[in-house]
Amino acid sequence: MIQLEQLTWKVSGRTILEGVTVAIPANTYAVLMGSTGCGKTTLLEILCGLRQPTSGRVLLDGVDVTDLEPRERGIGYVPQDLALFPGLRVREQIGFAPKLRGMAPDELNQRVNRLAEQFGIAHLLNRLPDMLSGGEKQRVALARALAAQPKLLLLDEPLSALDESMRAEAVTLLQRVQQEHSLTVLHVTHSSSEAAALGTLHLRMVAGRLEVESKG
Amino acid sequence: MRLNRSNLCWLVLALITAGYLLFWALLLGATATYSTPDSWLQVLRSPEIRHATFLSLVTCSLAAGFALLLAVPVGYLMTRLEFRGKSWLDAALDIPIILPPLVVGLCLLIFFQTKIGKVIEMAIPFTYQVSGVVLAQFVVAAAFAIRTMRGTFQHLSARPEDVALTLGCTRFQALWHVALPAARRGMVAAFCIAWARSLGEFGPILVFAGATRMKTEVLPTTVWLELSVGNLEAAVAVSLFMVLLAVLVLVAVRATGEKV
Repeated sequence: MIQLEQLTWKVSGRTILEGVTVAIPANTYAVLMGSTGCGKTTLLEILCGLRQPTSGRVLLDGVDVTDLEPRERGIGYVPQDLALFPGLRVREQIGFAPKLRGMAPDELNQRVNRLAEQFGIAHLLNRLPDMLSGGEKQRVALARALAAQPKLLLLDEPLSALDESMRAEAVTLLQRVQQEHSLTVLHVTHSSSEAAALGTLHLRMVAGRLEVESKG
Repeated sequence: MRLNRSNLCWLVLALITAGYLLFWALLLGATATYSTPDSWLQVLRSPEIRHATFLSLVTCSLAAGFALLLAVPVGYLMTRLEFRGKSWLDAALDIPIILPPLVVGLCLLIFFQTKIGKVIEMAIPFTYQVSGVVLAQFVVAAAFAIRTMRGTFQHLSARPEDVALTLGCTRFQALWHVALPAARRGMVAAFCIAWARSLGEFGPILVFAGATRMKTEVLPTTVWLELSVGNLEAAVAVSLFMVLLAVLVLVAVRATGEKV
């Protein structure tokens, strides 16, 4: 469960987020909408610890993680540009987090292969990011985030670079991933149809404040 | 093609560029044709010049290596961290670039006469030593290497490093596992630029390390020593050899794809 309590973020005297308070229950697929530059990405970055809030608290499963480093929060993050690691092959991208934690090579290979099968990218394991299409990159970024076995997944407009036909396929994939991995997902999007298809909790950011629109 | 005003403008600019390149071609051509290939070979076989060549290659490589070791962390810090007084620090890092070369040498010479300098010299002697040549090359080359690494990190998105932090990396691990592999072309370019700067370094070396034959003599010193005794053919041969090395470095930097 994610709880944000009176979260505020100011920069150069300008208030971007003001008193953001919300509770997102576990295993919920929450979608967050709002106009460009309203602070959606900033909120995700505060949640995963890349920015420190000016005031307020972030609680994950009841534990205050506001002062914890990103690596200590157990959150998977897929940014808008997907941010695949340049120069690393797909196998290394997916195996990045488990390898960092000292997983044995056999177990590491098993996990990478299992995720690659699940995301339909087993044939791409030896490719570099430059040799992947937009849809393939998106799958690799998701697999990489899930390889760390997070409880919470933050997605920042992950489907924005995909064309209409691939987007429908990606929506199905995200629903399946959320259910199979029992994830709590917070998904930022500009697309109403994407939000309608995926969201069980609909949030909207307006002038730095968060409003709960509806619960599916 | 009709010669309209826009085309005329491009033609004038192209002529200015061609004129500048022609000027350089004439300079190098005149130098190259001043002496014969036989005399170049004869000069390059001289033990003093072979020693200077070997010393230049070794000291430039060491200075460039040390410069890169400094440039990577400083460049990363200056690109990724915002802090108060950053613009002042930024300007301070460029000081070796704008200082007159002889002044850099003089600063080094005076520093090693202070108490701190003398303590350092008890461990590693620098003044009028080969290590002094490396240090004199390093102080200037490092500034150029830092500039290059800053440019490299500025062009690399910080987002992959952010993702690496969420995947379990510390900041140092994100630098090591994500930023450095992505910056490898920039590192090669920074090394080459530092190497080329070191090769051309003369003033600080002359003041701080001296121009002792078969000891602290490097290629620019050779050109100066040969000119001072009127041996123009030797000075030309060594100069052309340095031009060749500089061109090779330029090709290497261009091959990395980095803009310097």
